[in-house]
Amino acid sequence: MLDTLAFPEVFLAIAGMAILIYGVFRSGNPTRPVSWLVVLALVVALLAVWFGPEQGQAFGGMFVLDGFAVFLKILVLLGSSLAIILSLDYVDRENMARFEFPVLLLFATLGMLVMLSANDLISLYVGFELQSLALYVVAAFRRDNIRSTEAGLKYFVLGALSSGILLYGASMIYGFAGTTNFDGIATALIGNRVEQPSIGLIVGIVFLSAGLAFKVSAVPFHMWTPDVYEGAPTPVTAFFAVAPKIAAIGLFVRVLVDPFLGLVDQWQQIIIFISIASMVLGGFAAINQANIKRLMAYSSISNIGYALVGLAPGTEAGVRGVLLYMTIYLFMTLGTFAVILCMRQKGRMVEGIDDLAGLSKTHPMMAAAMAIFMFSMAGIPPLAGFFGKLYVFLAAIEAGLYTLAVIGVVTSVVAAFYYLRIIKIMYFDEATDSFDRPLGWEASSILGGSALVILLFFLFQAPLIDGAGAAAASLFAG
Amino acid sequence: MEALLLEYLPILIFLGIAVGVAAAAIGASLLLARQNPDSEKLSPYECGFEAFDDARRKFDVRFYLVAILFIIFDLEVAFLFPWAISLGEIGAFGFWSMIGFLGILTVGFIYEWKKGALEWE
Repeated sequence: MLDTLAFPEVFLAIAGMAILIYGVFRSGNPTRPVSWLVVLALVVALLAVWFGPEQGQAFGGMFVLDGFAVFLKILVLLGSSLAIILSLDYVDRENMARFEFPVLLLFATLGMLVMLSANDLISLYVGFELQSLALYVVAAFRRDNIRSTEAGLKYFVLGALSSGILLYGASMIYGFAGTTNFDGIATALIGNRVEQPSIGLIVGIVFLSAGLAFKVSAVPFHMWTPDVYEGAPTPVTAFFAVAPKIAAIGLFVRVLVDPFLGLVDQWQQIIIFISIASMVLGGFAAINQANIKRLMAYSSISNIGYALVGLAPGTEAGVRGVLLYMTIYLFMTLGTFAVILCMRQKGRMVEGIDDLAGLSKTHPMMAAAMAIFMFSMAGIPPLAGFFGKLYVFLAAIEAGLYTLAVIGVVTSVVAAFYYLRIIKIMYFDEATDSFDRPLGWEASSILGGSALVILLFFLFQAPLIDGAGAAAASLFAG
Repeated sequence: MEALLLEYLPILIFLGIAVGVAAAAIGASLLLARQNPDSEKLSPYECGFEAFDDARRKFDVRFYLVAILFIIFDLEVAFLFPWAISLGEIGAFGFWSMIGFLGILTVGFIYEWKKGALEWE
């Protein structure tokens, strides 16, 4: 029954529990060894996903593995392990060193893997909740800090609400399709395609999409994002911005494309609306932000909007665009957060955008890397961010969604304003205080590595595009 | 319809017996026992909190911890009953699934014990 298809998940679950027991029985402060053990477990799982089987179903059809799941699982595992490595120094410095932190991130990652392989509404929900419950706790991890606890509470209350909405949608779908299995739902849809699809199913999809839109923080379900991003400890924000976003977008794509491709005319309107709303709000609301973590929150909202542009057509090219976009987003965001984690003056963390003033003189390499990320997010060729946007907009135009593509381009021009403002502050404003040295080898290598990936993306993009294309094709084949 | 209703007859009988036994116990104690009430005896619970009181009052957070830990094992039992009844049909896979579930709970239990969550002071 238990074949090797789910090996990475089973391995991570057992490793997580073993590491938890190791941490609780070890004397002294085991945070650092536990963190590295967690990273090791994630890397083993990454290799197992990479070299493991590529196709098949397990657990009575509740668990599916295809190229799409493999591609996104690699991204999620990469993002999680890099985010944990980034957090090491911060956790020590900021008095947050409790070994549960990396273990919780591991369990959240496990939940994301289950989400990405979900082939049934039940396994979808189980993965979803495992991820969310772990994330609620880490958002409030600095429990003596009022902002962190506020972030955790807000995230928990709104997250529970969205889970309720999602479950309601799932129950409607089950009621009208008669099954929770994705393949079964797809078959049920094909069966009654001649007539109008039943209104109950459509209501179910609307609710399910609302729950998922909350998780990817698409407008109008984005309200929690700026507060949680600002209040949560910075490494947690870095983690939030990367792995759960990728997993939730992956789940969004799978749910809409796998069982509900037959209803593309119905859900396309929803996706177009939330995509446009996210791009517009993410573009305009970020302009006035003074806190860089809030700015990144709005930036992630608009990035999700661009990724959803790729989902809207419901075509293979669109899904390929989403996968590429999320890959590039991973490196841009991790790199930017590596810079934010280095923003420390006289032993104290600072978060203001103005604190970056004069960075080009005090830390020229860091400023150059940050400039690369900002230019890339603004979508300036030949950096990676340009290609990410190019492929999603191309897919939208091929499908005839001209309005969506035009609004996307326009809002990306608006968003370029605040990305370029950061570059202007770094390069043309007078330095006030310089950031503390040293950066720590972990942060500097992640910073340099991400900058290189973004800068040289256009040289080696072919294998990545082929991989994303094959992954998208596997979703439509199954 | 008749046959369907007949299936529920045992429940009706049980209901009748329950009402009868309860009435007999209360009636007997009313008639036979010596009545000597005081305020403590008349309160619903002799120890613990008042059943009807202002909800906005200070409450030791350790109660929550104990309650949450209790719920986990309470639910475990709720899962164990249907599992035990259907064990013959679900086979080895069903058996080991539950053993895995118990193992996960045990890991959590070891963790909370070692962390000192079960100690009141």
